[in-house]
Amino acid sequence: MPRRLLGLLLVLPALSVIALLFILPLVMSAVGAFRVETGWGLGNFAKSFDLYLNDILFSVGIVSLSTLLIGLGAIAIGGYLTLGAHPLAVTILRWLYRWPMFIPFIVVGQILRTFLAKNGMMNNTAISLGLMTPIDAVSFLDWRGIVIAFVWKQTPFVALLVAGAMASVNREGIEAAVNLGASKLRVLAEIIVPQVTATLAVGLILSFVTMMSVLSVPLMINAQSPTMLTADIAFRVNAYGDYGVANALGLISLVLASSVAWIYLRISLRERA
Amino acid sequence: MMSNRSRLAALWWIPRGLIFGLMAFFIFGPLFNMLLWTVTEKWYFPHALPLEYGFSAWGRVFAPRGGALESLGNSLIVAILTVAVSLALAIPAGYALARLKLPLRSLILLAFLIPQAFPNLTVYVNVARIFYEIGLNGTIAGVVLVHASHGLVYAVWIATAAFSAIDVELEQAARSIGAGALRTFRDITLPLAAPGLLASAIFVFLESLDEFTGSYFVGAPDVNMLPLLLYTAGSGGNYQIASITALLLLVPSLIFMLIVERFLKADVLSRVGR
Repeated sequence: MPRRLLGLLLVLPALSVIALLFILPLVMSAVGAFRVETGWGLGNFAKSFDLYLNDILFSVGIVSLSTLLIGLGAIAIGGYLTLGAHPLAVTILRWLYRWPMFIPFIVVGQILRTFLAKNGMMNNTAISLGLMTPIDAVSFLDWRGIVIAFVWKQTPFVALLVAGAMASVNREGIEAAVNLGASKLRVLAEIIVPQVTATLAVGLILSFVTMMSVLSVPLMINAQSPTMLTADIAFRVNAYGDYGVANALGLISLVLASSVAWIYLRISLRERA
Repeated sequence: MMSNRSRLAALWWIPRGLIFGLMAFFIFGPLFNMLLWTVTEKWYFPHALPLEYGFSAWGRVFAPRGGALESLGNSLIVAILTVAVSLALAIPAGYALARLKLPLRSLILLAFLIPQAFPNLTVYVNVARIFYEIGLNGTIAGVVLVHASHGLVYAVWIATAAFSAIDVELEQAARSIGAGALRTFRDITLPLAAPGLLASAIFVFLESLDEFTGSYFVGAPDVNMLPLLLYTAGSGGNYQIASITALLLLVPSLIFMLIVERFLKADVLSRVGR
């Protein structure tokens, strides 16, 4: 048997699982979004925008803000790991920042729900330190809770990728700039970050897609209106069996996620040209 | 006496300590809060700490009708079967991708990333519809298939890297002294790739254990799993049971992540995704 054919035969079972269990349902959801009672049409999209326009904007806002904060956090952590002056401080940070990465989203939702609640540990600690009075305590279980949960869970992952890329940046350029009197903040912003943008973008895009499809965090932290598209999709299916609108909302979130990837591709292609 | 310079250096520990302290509070605070809930008997507003401690919630969780044992059992069975299915698919695929000249090789590798790179909620909704038609909805097998499709990227990518890290000359030596292709694979290639394959098994196991969305649409309410138990207990306001379940999910993740670096050596790691 020719080696190529044998190779394809060995890969085929794994590939067909992806094709049948992911690509086929993905196509089904894209097709199903245009399926209405009378045949084909845009009715599901009209209904989606009618009912859920606020949630669409809310999801985009939440995920964009989270992505921005994750990016800043990852650069700060990676930058300190690369430029930090004190070896002990660098070791402490290296040990500290990774923990949330290992914690599943569903657990993140649960533990932040108890931590950020009105009588949660965050408010209680602030009260016992005298930073605020019990009357001022507010619950963070709204859009802020979702942003905190996303940033809490995803920053270590992007920081790990970014710190790895920063470690391979040429040290001589950094040291030359420091010797010429550049501040560390300037070295980070003008020398290191421009050299790791590709890695940073990949990490942020993966985070963006992940956050667009997490169901447990919005369900557990903030299921009231406005909420994330994922919670609406689950609601449409579970409460009404309405696959048309669920698929339309799914396609909208797919378009949002891939437009981010597309913008990134455009930018990186222009840079190479 | 301390010089000015070293006094200045010591002063730097004030902002460092503040920032690290805040980070530690926000990272470990929620975890500590969860641990407190697991041993709470009575705790209500405005008390900063539980009023009574005890283990009665543990008794309720592990009582025969508490549901935790069934969920734990289901979660473990699904995770182990997912590992078995993923490895059975990934070992031949990884070997072919590493050793045999395949057309469109990088495209095939990329195909396994698709389930991680698209929002997967609507996909699971439609998988549930397909499975409903063919009687797989609400079965262990259905959940295993969904988890396997999601975990394959780790299994295939790490298996490919593990096989390509093996020196081809070792296989050629075995062949030249008369071993057949299968025997060479079984006695030489597979044992050498075992640490990498074990690492990929750990990733697939954790991915399956923690998976919520797919289990929610394909498994519930017939197949109860730990994440689903956590979700129902939490939305019912039963924070003790939710926190104990969260702890059960958390411990394997932390242990496996701490030991996975031993199996995932740098020579394999540097080849992942290539």
